[in-house]
Amino acid sequence: MSDREKILGRIREALRLPAPHPGVHGGASLDQGEDAGRREVPDYTDWLPAVGRTFEERAALFAKNAADLRAEFFLLDNESELPAAFQKLAAAQGWKRIVTHRGSLIDRTLIGNTLPVGYTDQGYVVAEMEASDAGLTECEALVAQTGSVLVSAKSSGGRALSVLPPHHIVVARASQMVADLGAAFAGLKAKYGEQYPSFLSFITGPSRTGDIERILVLGAHGPKKLTIFCVPG
Amino acid sequence: MIASKDFAARSRQVAADLTHRGFIHKALSGYELKRDENIGKFQNWGAARQSAAEIKWETINHLDHYLVEFTSKLEARGAKVFWATTGQQVCDYVSDLARDKGAKKIVKSKAMTSEEVHLNAALRKAGYEVVESDLGEYIVELAGHAPYHFVFPAMHLKREEISALFEKELGTAPTRDPEELTMIARKVMRQVYCTADIGISGANFAIAETGMISITENEGNARLTTSLPKVHVAIMGIEKVLPNLSDLALFLPMLATAGAGQALTGYNSMIGGPRQPGEIDGPEEMHVILLDNHRTQLLADPEQRDALHCIRCGACLNVCPVYRSVGGHAYGTTYAGPIGSVITPHLRGLHEWKHLSNASSLCGACTGACPVKIDLHHHLLHNRRNAAKAKPAWWEKIAYDVFAWVMDRPALYRLAGKLGYWGQKLHPLVERTFLDPARSWTVTREVPKLAPEPFRDLWKKRRQSATT
Repeated sequence: MSDREKILGRIREALRLPAPHPGVHGGASLDQGEDAGRREVPDYTDWLPAVGRTFEERAALFAKNAADLRAEFFLLDNESELPAAFQKLAAAQGWKRIVTHRGSLIDRTLIGNTLPVGYTDQGYVVAEMEASDAGLTECEALVAQTGSVLVSAKSSGGRALSVLPPHHIVVARASQMVADLGAAFAGLKAKYGEQYPSFLSFITGPSRTGDIERILVLGAHGPKKLTIFCVPG
Repeated sequence: MIASKDFAARSRQVAADLTHRGFIHKALSGYELKRDENIGKFQNWGAARQSAAEIKWETINHLDHYLVEFTSKLEARGAKVFWATTGQQVCDYVSDLARDKGAKKIVKSKAMTSEEVHLNAALRKAGYEVVESDLGEYIVELAGHAPYHFVFPAMHLKREEISALFEKELGTAPTRDPEELTMIARKVMRQVYCTADIGISGANFAIAETGMISITENEGNARLTTSLPKVHVAIMGIEKVLPNLSDLALFLPMLATAGAGQALTGYNSMIGGPRQPGEIDGPEEMHVILLDNHRTQLLADPEQRDALHCIRCGACLNVCPVYRSVGGHAYGTTYAGPIGSVITPHLRGLHEWKHLSNASSLCGACTGACPVKIDLHHHLLHNRRNAAKAKPAWWEKIAYDVFAWVMDRPALYRLAGKLGYWGQKLHPLVERTFLDPARSWTVTREVPKLAPEPFRDLWKKRRQSATT
């Protein structure tokens, strides 16, 4: 018998005795014969931190969360402002080379760009990406409740682009702003069905650690800086 | 029993080290403030805990169903699944894999299951270079310590100690700046990610619906570990599974809040399989190891089955007066604190580890802090009861028999009370000396004084004065 069968056998044997339901102290157990595989779980959206209904409220909450996380968030009035905003940041940070991937918002951002740019779409050299100053990506969603950016292997130039370079720049559209993680998951399901990318990540602020005396330090292994541009549309 | 003697000796030592306790207390007080602030942002934290407990109950009580769903989905996406009954099987599987791949260097992000099965030692013995990438784990590994806490592994070390350690091991210049210290490790680790042949991670959750594992971290080391090396190995306990991807919308904020006082942890990544067709990067192979290692034994105890709901946030350690006094190294277990005291007897033997359940004030702070509502302090009592039932200590049995015999005889009980009262008057003559029969108590504590007049005498007098 394989270990798979052995372990599943032990589990089935163990579960023959029912366990008391949570919160029912010493109370009766639920019958568990018929309900195996039942997916009725409580709707908990209302218990999580509150999020406003309009885009303005959500953007304001996202901006506040981003500030608390020491990420930069810029809400631009027009898509045409993207190149200037990007170039201003690049100049201020003194970037020499950036890495990115193909995408319509990225093409808009890089209009008039003079910096050397590497693209990951046809593969990349890890050492070159590591030595670059910034990684520019699109995303799947922005999450107002937590100030997070949802990236995926498909939408954001692979797995490493959003974590290996020391500065991560995200370009997003206002329509990508969602209330909470649940809404972000619903969006993924609508977009991909069963064919999820092999990698998804909620990025919440720059890389951080508190492992030395519980003191916050940014840029432990991933980016030291995170900048998010959001444009209408 | 060796484990219990070690525990007592180490506890005594740390509890007397007021500097150390002050340091730990300060670190955990900061956590409490941030945690309370974030709990306050929830519209209903209590209801969120109940929902989380119900979801975990549903999963654990249909674990076979969800594990089959999880593994078949994951395998359909090209990952290999290995079921391991014992820790040794995990070590063998990873060693064999490393040999087959011709690997030299292995990078790891934090996995408590790998601590549980002593994977690093096994791989090093087999000749592989193994580097822990989580900053705290990296530091404790360099120092040759076990993790002090399963969320904050190096919280017992002061920056000066870490600086001295880096100076000795890496030849870097001394510094008191936590940022500079972090950057030293970052620089070392960057080279490791780019050259490692295998990346090993843990998993905080596994999603049955989509066949994904979910990894929670702040540093980005787990992302790099699971992105750059050609082979990714994830090790997880069989209890980590959740039914739906959307369940993470509840569990990720709760883990962050209960575990570290954050609204959400820096990176929450869901990985379903190796690099898929059309994707740019990612490992060519993904192996997921499901570890039993006596978890099914805990599952077979319906009374304590909810201990498998644990999401390893560490909240119960952070609030525990015992953990805060004796520290994480006193336990001598992979999982310290209240949850460790509850599950270790199941994972490693009741009689060798029952002493941990006695090291509790039964204050219930752990139960109150648990985001999935595990009845921790009652389980400590259950362990005590089970241990006494399975193998009663002879002296305990005699003591209780005598006690019951006296309590059954009012005249004897009265006499014992009188003797106790007069005996206590003589006690100061021998208190804390080797002649003191209550020495093990009086060394560190005051003896409660018996009242000069027993309650029954007072009651009798009161009744008499009422009738006259």
